[in-house]
Amino acid sequence: MAGTGSGSLPRYIAQRVLLVIPMIWVILTLVFVVLRVAPGDPISAAVGGKLDADALAQRREALGLNRPMIAQYWDYLSSVAHLDFGTTFSDNQPVLRVIRDNGGATLSLTMAAFAIALLVGIPLGLVAGRYRDSIGDVVIRLFGILTYAAPIFFVGFLLQVYVAQPLGLPTGGASSPMTAFLVTPRTHILLIDVFLSGNSDAILDVLKHLLLPAVTLGLLICGVFIRLVRVNILQTMQADYVEAAEARGISRGKVTRHHALRNALVPVVTVIGLQFAMLLGGAVLTESTFNWPGLGQKLVDYINERDYGAVQGIVTIFAIAVVVVSVVVDVVNALIDPRVRY
Amino acid sequence: MSDMTAEPVISARDVRVWYGTTRGAIQAVDGVSFDLRPGETLGLVGESGCGKSTLGRGLMGLLPEGAKRDGEVRYRGRDIFAMSAKEAYGLRGSDLGMIFQEPLTRLNPLMRISEHFEETITQHEPKLSKDEVRTRALEALRMMGIPPTRYRSYPHEFSGGMRQRLMIALALVLRPAFVVADEPTTALDVLVEAQIVQILNDLRRNFDTALLLITHNVGIVAEACDRVAVMYAGRIVEQGTVADVFSDPQHPYTRELLASTISLSTTGLRFIPGSPPDLVDPPAGCRFHPRCPDAMRICATTSPVPTTREAGGTVECWLRGPRDLTPAERAPLAHEELSDADEA
Amino acid sequence: MRTVLSALAKPFSETSGLARWMLVIGIVMSAVFVFLAIFAPWVAPYGFAQASAHGTDFPKLGHPDGTHWFGTDRLFFDVYSRTIWGARTAIEVVLLSILVCIVVGVPLGLISGYYGGWLDRILVLVMDALFAFPSFLLAIVFSFLLTNIVGGSVIAVSLSLSAIYIPQYYRVVRNTTVSAKEATYVEAARAMGASDGVIMRRYLFGNVVQSVPVIGTLNAADAILTLAGLGFLGLGIQSTQAAEWGHDLNRALADAGSGVWWTGLYPGLAIVLLVTALTLVGEGLNETLNPTLRRRRLLPVLLPARVETEEVR
Repeated sequence: MAGTGSGSLPRYIAQRVLLVIPMIWVILTLVFVVLRVAPGDPISAAVGGKLDADALAQRREALGLNRPMIAQYWDYLSSVAHLDFGTTFSDNQPVLRVIRDNGGATLSLTMAAFAIALLVGIPLGLVAGRYRDSIGDVVIRLFGILTYAAPIFFVGFLLQVYVAQPLGLPTGGASSPMTAFLVTPRTHILLIDVFLSGNSDAILDVLKHLLLPAVTLGLLICGVFIRLVRVNILQTMQADYVEAAEARGISRGKVTRHHALRNALVPVVTVIGLQFAMLLGGAVLTESTFNWPGLGQKLVDYINERDYGAVQGIVTIFAIAVVVVSVVVDVVNALIDPRVRY
Repeated sequence: MSDMTAEPVISARDVRVWYGTTRGAIQAVDGVSFDLRPGETLGLVGESGCGKSTLGRGLMGLLPEGAKRDGEVRYRGRDIFAMSAKEAYGLRGSDLGMIFQEPLTRLNPLMRISEHFEETITQHEPKLSKDEVRTRALEALRMMGIPPTRYRSYPHEFSGGMRQRLMIALALVLRPAFVVADEPTTALDVLVEAQIVQILNDLRRNFDTALLLITHNVGIVAEACDRVAVMYAGRIVEQGTVADVFSDPQHPYTRELLASTISLSTTGLRFIPGSPPDLVDPPAGCRFHPRCPDAMRICATTSPVPTTREAGGTVECWLRGPRDLTPAERAPLAHEELSDADEA
Repeated sequence: MRTVLSALAKPFSETSGLARWMLVIGIVMSAVFVFLAIFAPWVAPYGFAQASAHGTDFPKLGHPDGTHWFGTDRLFFDVYSRTIWGARTAIEVVLLSILVCIVVGVPLGLISGYYGGWLDRILVLVMDALFAFPSFLLAIVFSFLLTNIVGGSVIAVSLSLSAIYIPQYYRVVRNTTVSAKEATYVEAARAMGASDGVIMRRYLFGNVVQSVPVIGTLNAADAILTLAGLGFLGLGIQSTQAAEWGHDLNRALADAGSGVWWTGLYPGLAIVLLVTALTLVGEGLNETLNPTLRRRRLLPVLLPARVETEEVR
């Protein structure tokens, strides 16, 4: 390794991780303020009709909702620090268990969608940028705009009507009930569990269920990658070092790949961090459209039940996930671009 | 020094390079001819915007979209303007080299120095083994005074002067016969400038490289060049050996350019009044006439013709011939006309 | 007047080919939707929550035919009419939310950027946190809270959209203010004894407000999608209060399994077209205003044949 550059990488990572703590604190405070300081009594909103007044008071007491706001705030922060995300009000479950049971489905959906978006978006963006204003560029850009403009649930609707029905693909859930029954949950991520089970029918069944939701969510992000890669390629193709490489007679293909594309992808890595936030938002809609048993679907359910505790817990988890991803992205960025480490 | 009897490496005849703009074509280079022999350095001087950089880029084929070039440029007897695009592209790097003005942005920030060299060498000599490539690259770096320990570093880890030496090493690693150096020292400080000029000087001695050194700095031409070509508004107005042109400038523009150079003996600053013409619609006749202190009537109407200078080289000015002018033609240009033309 | 016109025409006159066509098509398409929004009562044959006309009830999930061009949905509503009324809802919500964003975000950014200090630092921190948060989740949380307080109406949804876009306006305005307040003309005004209020209103505001239309256009497309997403989740506007494309698609999805395509296709297409139109305008503007992307219209270069001048040599 070349001496000076790589030595500071661990220090850079440490710095970046330390900077995250105030960010998480601000987000947690925001979540607390927005959800708790709002008027109304969360408990009666969630289970108002179902319990009598005494039972309600008991629940309130148990959850510490009678205590002063500042004490509740402190409780919230310290429990999050101990990775305790509270309890749902409506069905009285630890939020952590909700996350364990449903987080895996969201994770496999978002990762599959991400993979599809990258595999489709980056080559298309590259072609569009490299052959600017050609027919290919026009078609690819329109495709990019349309995938961004088409809401998840509309794409899902079209796929259900025009693709799933003729091909007999499933349109709801993460697997058929039989598969869910056969596969023993080890990691609580069905996609991994099914591969661990080694049952080929079950694997096929899970993949079939994953296909349409992942494509739907992937298309949403894919448009963003197309636009981004295209614009970056346009800019890096004009860079001085590209002209210098051409002046050294480096073949056009190599100039595009080694010089223009490599530099164009650096900002893409940064944007992946932002896209992760968008992906989580999209996951909520995708899960709703395809009845996918993930966290987003759960969140919507709890919102409809007016369950503040569950909403607070799940939103907290999402927020922390976004911040953690942004750190990971920065570190990856530092690995790719030697200049960042300084 | 250079062998004046050898065949020219590069022989340009009547080269034109025009750019497209929203207003019309910029006639950045309009009918330029010169020869360069092995080991010879030709300095191309002129104000910014006179087309000297465009000429350098035009020779390399590095032109923006919408630009057109014509004329004839013979490289070792073959016209590179008439070649297929692919063939001309193949000459770059191995036969024609280019050194740029801003070394800071010319290296790919994500690639190690080693990768830059490997890419360049294997592009043109795909059969070389990894070790041979490395040896060649290190040799080129050594000559530029960059230690082999820095071979695997990234561009941002070098200073500006070192980066320019890297760029020169990279341009010369394949020993091109003809190199265009476009303002190679402009972005550097004075000490580094002297160092780079020294390197360029050694170059022609050691490798017989023909160098076109583009600069606005007359001092560098005096130090590093055998011959000089003075460019104004897209044309070479005077060329000849450095000693001769600088001691006895024939063209009024050359004279004024030399007079405006600052040196130890400078007592007051001199400059050429007016500004270079708009090359979308250059002035009729001699392009310098609106600013020329010696302008005559004929200068405003008829383009001057290249004439051989007494001591060798050429000059383009009605004052120097080629024919005797009539008294009407020789009458000084009236001041109104001069300021009108300046306005335009 | 002439300078205003030429400034407006700049994106057209200075671009060529694709960028220009994208801009023109985008503007025309957006204009159609604005027209539909304004004249919905006259263009749409029925009301958005009308289930019968002239004493006869509409069919449930009726196929498209002569009376109901786009068919009817499971609530007996005319899909064609609801699609047109949906344009009105969408544009109402977007305009309202952008208005709130400007009213809140611009002064906040101005004050924060101008005075600096602890207020500035806290605001930057909060806004950055809001910005880092998944915007759609934020919209969900806000509409969850606001529908509790205001009820599921146009206002509640507009306010939750504002909440997610305010940080963007704030950031741009604050950063422009920070750099503009160092400008010499501001220094001069301060030297002449202008008060902070006057400087902000008279000198900085005009400078800062220029970037707002650009963000506005960019956000409008995103806002349409967020609005529809909230509607789809049932967190937005209720069917009887206004026609909302996203919510209509939610109901359509239930019937997708039985081959009913018309209830979802038309509102979905409306969203796609409007968002595409706004995106085209945004991209077109970006290509013309961003100098690194702009491709100017170059006049073709024709090298004239050489004229032999007085040939002496």
